[in-house]
Amino acid sequence: MSKDTLVIGGIELRSRLFIGSGKYSSNALIPKIVDKSGAQVVTVAVRRVDLESKDENMLNFIPKECVLMPNTSGARNAEEAVRIARLAKAMGCGNWIKIEVISDTKYLLPDNFETLKATEILAKEGFVVLPYMSPDLMMAKRMRDAGAAAVMPLGAPIGTNKGLKTKELVKIMIDEIDLPIVVDAGIGKPSEAAEAMELGAAAVLVNTAIASAGDAVSMSEAFSLAVRAGRMAYLAGTGAVKDFAEASSPLTGFLNG
Amino acid sequence: MSFYDVLQKYKQNVVFERIQSVSREEVDRVLSKEIFSIDDYLVLISPAASDFLEEMARKAQRITLQHFGRAVVLYAPLYLANYCVNNCLYCGFNVHNDLDRRKLTMEELRVEAKAISEMGIRHILLLTGESRKHSPVEYIRDCVKIIAEYFTSISLEVYPLDEEDYRLLVNSGVDGLTIYQEVYDEDVYKTMHPSGPKKDFRYRLDTPERGCRSGMRSVGIGALMGLGNWRTEAFYTALHAHYLTGKYSEVEISLSIPRMRPHTGSFEVPSPVGDRDFVQIMLAARLFLRHVGITVSTRERASFRDNLVGLGLTRMSAGSVTEVGGYNEKRGDGQFEISDDRSVEEIRQMLYGKGFQPVFKDWQYI
Ligand code: SF4
Repeated sequence: MSKDTLVIGGIELRSRLFIGSGKYSSNALIPKIVDKSGAQVVTVAVRRVDLESKDENMLNFIPKECVLMPNTSGARNAEEAVRIARLAKAMGCGNWIKIEVISDTKYLLPDNFETLKATEILAKEGFVVLPYMSPDLMMAKRMRDAGAAAVMPLGAPIGTNKGLKTKELVKIMIDEIDLPIVVDAGIGKPSEAAEAMELGAAAVLVNTAIASAGDAVSMSEAFSLAVRAGRMAYLAGTGAVKDFAEASSPLTGFLNG
Repeated sequence: MSFYDVLQKYKQNVVFERIQSVSREEVDRVLSKEIFSIDDYLVLISPAASDFLEEMARKAQRITLQHFGRAVVLYAPLYLANYCVNNCLYCGFNVHNDLDRRKLTMEELRVEAKAISEMGIRHILLLTGESRKHSPVEYIRDCVKIIAEYFTSISLEVYPLDEEDYRLLVNSGVDGLTIYQEVYDEDVYKTMHPSGPKKDFRYRLDTPERGCRSGMRSVGIGALMGLGNWRTEAFYTALHAHYLTGKYSEVEISLSIPRMRPHTGSFEVPSPVGDRDFVQIMLAARLFLRHVGITVSTRERASFRDNLVGLGLTRMSAGSVTEVGGYNEKRGDGQFEISDDRSVEEIRQMLYGKGFQPVFKDWQYI
């Protein structure tokens, strides 16, 4: 089997489990989680980064070998997302940016339209842009055309731990978009992470499910194993069920002859 | 339409009777749900539901953890001025109280701001009494400009303003507004606020909306628990929050449950709220308003506050002083008595001890 690598923004990633950095009982857990899970990409809410605080600046707790993925949480429109992204760069958080634009504090669903606008602007400025979005094929294509490096559809609304509720839509995105599809939000259990990976997702981002576990470090390891298992199953060929005929029909092709 | 119209649809006596008449069976049925409506909320604040606090707490804890994680945001209040033309019967700053009135000069403000920021605080809440003569909008704006050098997020708890004034302050660096209705029962409101501009129930009621429209990113509301019947007051507060989250979905609405404390002067709390009652209000609010932040101030005792962590509370004040200039020199004439006088460092350690992370910075004005 050829080497299975995931490359985003020119960086070859070892792990397909992306993790969060907020919501933990303490920042001191971050290095332990990185160590146990092998996760490499760590998302950081720029709004929470406090460069002036030695004890509470979470950047000080993220191991150097990790890839920082600052996010624009708190942004309500494209303009705010862009400003937060620039702030992240000025803070020295690198040039990755996960765009998160939420103008609806009731359900916390992303605003795809504003996200697209921010993607366009930031990709032009040289950011590696990963838009967080409601799974929508046409929007994802537009994000790609605007320069997104990957797209991050939600599995279920943020923080609900409901699993892969958007499975059918995510599957279509995986089939149709030639960019890494990273399932973000909603994944509550390792089995659900495995399910997303079996489906062909390039990676999953898990935050709440790890942070709210009784033992966050163990849970991160469980997620890491599940992600690997899911990926392996996908590569081994899970006998994907197709909803419509393939272009060639190996079993019944003779009838057309 | 304003919230006033919504309020008219829910008559005090009807709401009160409905709350009183809730049966155990109804509570049981509601508690089996995952998503709660305003009618369910009404059931959750009933006398019948007070026997189900443990069950409510388990649900509330799970929801809080899911939405807010193991994190509690800390902030500190800073009193700019205690001049006040109002006559709120329950307040130590009221116009008839013999009190050394003062307001911070810009130099004094700097000293206060520095003292607070050195404790690690990044989110500040600025407060004043109502005096357009002594602390006009321009004064508040000048204060904000100085404060912005020391803090990443600035909220206001000042007398109600017009939308344009709020907009001006937002453009000067303010991102949050706290405005308590004090009491939603209009009759009680009139008794409690016999004179001064605060008499105007409707203007105050519409204040959070004006804040939302002016570009504030967060707006906090609440009723001063103890003034009116707490169950109906809790109902209207949640109804108000629900209305605002629906109408201004881009604004973060938060809730506070300030409970009356002793203060300068002598005021008998008409309808005291016990600890169990307080917890019931908070749990019911968490179940009904899943994403809404809940703030608990230092009006509450240290041990009581500690026990609320994880149950629904998402934001708490720390190292609070409620007198003008009090961070540098204490004189003992604050707006209300502090029941939790622990330092920021002590609160920080307490949170870590409970497996929660103190978050000093949760926003940065951009
Ligand atoms: S509550 Fe506010 S308005 Fe009323 S007297 Fe006190 S400071 Fe003045």
